[in-house]
Amino acid sequence: MNDLSHAANQALQLVASGDPKLFEIVLLSLRVSLTAVLIACAVGLPVGALIAVGRFPGRHGIVVILNALMGLPPVVVGLLVYLLLSRAGPLGEFGLLFTPGAMVIAQAILIAPIVAALSRQVVEDAWAEYREQLRSLGERRLGAALTLLWDVRFSLVTIVLAGFGRAAAEVGAVIIVGGNIDGVTRVMTTAIALETSKGDLPLALGLGLILLTIVLSLNAAAYVVKETAQRRYG
Amino acid sequence: MSGPAAPMHGPHTLLPLRLRSVVFEAGGRRIVDDVSLTLEAGVRTVLIGPNGAGKSVLLRLCHGLLRPSSGTIAWNAPEIPGRARRQAMVFQRPVLLRRSALANVAYALALARIPRLERLGRAREALDKVGLSALGERPARVLSGGEQQRVALARVWALRPEVLFLDEPTANLDPAATHEIERVIAAMHAAGTKIVLVTHNLGQARRLGDEVLFLHQGKLLERTPADRFFKRPTSAEAAQFLEGELPW
Amino acid sequence: MVATRRALLGILLACVCLAADGQERFITVASTTSTEQSGLFGHLLPVYEKQTGVKVRVVALGTGQALDVGRRGDADVVFVHARAAEEKFLAEGQGVKRYPVMYNDFVLIGPKSDPAKIGGGKDITAAMKRIEAAQTPFVSRGDRSGTHMAELDLWKASGVDIDKSKGPWYRDTGQGMGPALNTAASMNAYILADRGTWLAFKNRGDLTILVEGDKRLFNQYGVMLVNPEKHPNVKRDLGQQFIDWLVSPAGQKAIADYKINGEQLFYPNASDPSA
Repeated sequence: MNDLSHAANQALQLVASGDPKLFEIVLLSLRVSLTAVLIACAVGLPVGALIAVGRFPGRHGIVVILNALMGLPPVVVGLLVYLLLSRAGPLGEFGLLFTPGAMVIAQAILIAPIVAALSRQVVEDAWAEYREQLRSLGERRLGAALTLLWDVRFSLVTIVLAGFGRAAAEVGAVIIVGGNIDGVTRVMTTAIALETSKGDLPLALGLGLILLTIVLSLNAAAYVVKETAQRRYG
Repeated sequence: MSGPAAPMHGPHTLLPLRLRSVVFEAGGRRIVDDVSLTLEAGVRTVLIGPNGAGKSVLLRLCHGLLRPSSGTIAWNAPEIPGRARRQAMVFQRPVLLRRSALANVAYALALARIPRLERLGRAREALDKVGLSALGERPARVLSGGEQQRVALARVWALRPEVLFLDEPTANLDPAATHEIERVIAAMHAAGTKIVLVTHNLGQARRLGDEVLFLHQGKLLERTPADRFFKRPTSAEAAQFLEGELPW
Repeated sequence: MVATRRALLGILLACVCLAADGQERFITVASTTSTEQSGLFGHLLPVYEKQTGVKVRVVALGTGQALDVGRRGDADVVFVHARAAEEKFLAEGQGVKRYPVMYNDFVLIGPKSDPAKIGGGKDITAAMKRIEAAQTPFVSRGDRSGTHMAELDLWKASGVDIDKSKGPWYRDTGQGMGPALNTAASMNAYILADRGTWLAFKNRGDLTILVEGDKRLFNQYGVMLVNPEKHPNVKRDLGQQFIDWLVSPAGQKAIADYKINGEQLFYPNASDPSA
């Protein structure tokens, strides 16, 4: 308990002092994870929706694999992306390793299956309800996927938040592909890992509290937006 | 109560629709059992029969949502996939998108490839015809059951289909809403749309039907002009049904 | 609807802008966790960056890993502390030239209760022999780091075949210096650590320095430019500029100036021919 109150103190002091390093780390964390979520949604939402309304051989297998990919260990993704982006690897010429770009790529790969698998479920449930009517109106599968995605948009908010939460919380992928470079690729989670390994546990906990607060606030804001819009549209 | 309008068949009309020996099997049962009939323009057709008779399935077979296990269903000049549909269906429960009532109607018009500039105008006109012009901007899903069903009707009205299938459209509605829906259906018939209606409401069948198709256990047992059917049906089962004494 | 679309577009643009890297001049240095966690780079690099305008991006790993990063061409410079491994790196043609930079020393850390009774001793090999004999808990880095390699060399020098003597008392953690110290503190175990990380370490628990000063605890750091012939992407000029600065009087002074609580951590010795 002592550690926790010490940590809370540290957290407050850090924030109150307006430490520029802290600000930089928080901003980078948000940049990386939000960009990753954006990319993951751009890919994952259409894929999930298409699988939901589609009918093709191997569909069941794909659904199972997609669901399983939700549990991809971040450190494994980090390792694979590292091997891809290393100068010795196939995409080395782009020099992306140890940059925020690499972190975005790794996190996008991590979250895309989550977005796809969950949106597939949500769209599939809606498809069951809408299917006859949409077909009756002459909607084809592709159009239906897009129409349904927009119609279930409030449920998608929750999915996007789940993806963002996973991204903001992980350290295994970003520490390998980013290198935790001070001022360049140090984000909240890798900073916490570093301070922990340096034995500065109160500071690590303090940073952890700040991270939790940020994620909580984002979730609360999204919830409010979603609830009000949902009440309006039914 | 108007009689049948002048039949409107031509080389490019959807109707007549010809069903030949249509069978639909599911779960080892014959839900539609060797049905043959021809649906023609201008006549308001009502399908009645006990639960499980296969009415809804037959409707969906005609509309194209289901494919027969055997037999043929042939339109006179079939629809071209990818072009605007010339037949439409209204379901027992209206399925509307999370958009305004107007947007729901406009969506159907977009699917029918009506040019964007025309869509809103036609959508407003359709909502007006069903008496909902004041509610156009409201989110469709917060409307009452009767209002939602009217939006569904506005949606098909805007499409001006040749054939309209209706599957128990007022089963969940109160008498006032039912009356409104029947008014719209009658108006569509007057505008030239062929009506094919499944209903349990015998009063509605009497009000809206020109001819009655009676189904029982998947078989088409009787096809009779409406006024004659309700006075003296030809089949024994139909007579029992009208008395409420047909066993399931 | 229009407002939502505008908001989404705004977020998209912002992310694209933010994700783009600055066009600054920088080099990537693969170094060890001990140099990072001791805070040396935090002190040294701002000085260099102010002087030259070149940013130094340090990826801190264990020595073995750092050299591997160099082998993959993912760093321009490697800055580690394991002479044998560095020589091997050069022999493979992966590095251009090795420059000694500085040294610090290892210290043998242990619980104040000191069950193996080695405290105050000046002979590291004697102390390690006693630890092995007493089978008291000992935490090893186990991660091919410079510290780990030094530890293995010391076991050998003490006449202990550690592979055979390994038992439940020997905790091979595979971790960096900081986490290994955390583990040792929580188990009250002995551990070999570099003085720099120890001085900066805050979670000491019951641990304290028990043996120090033995010449064999000497820990030499060397810096090498990754070979541009093998890895054309290496920033030869900027990398060499950094190396030159490290061994220059200015760089050496900056190293010597780094202190924690008034205590100097690293001793510059670039001019020492035997280093």
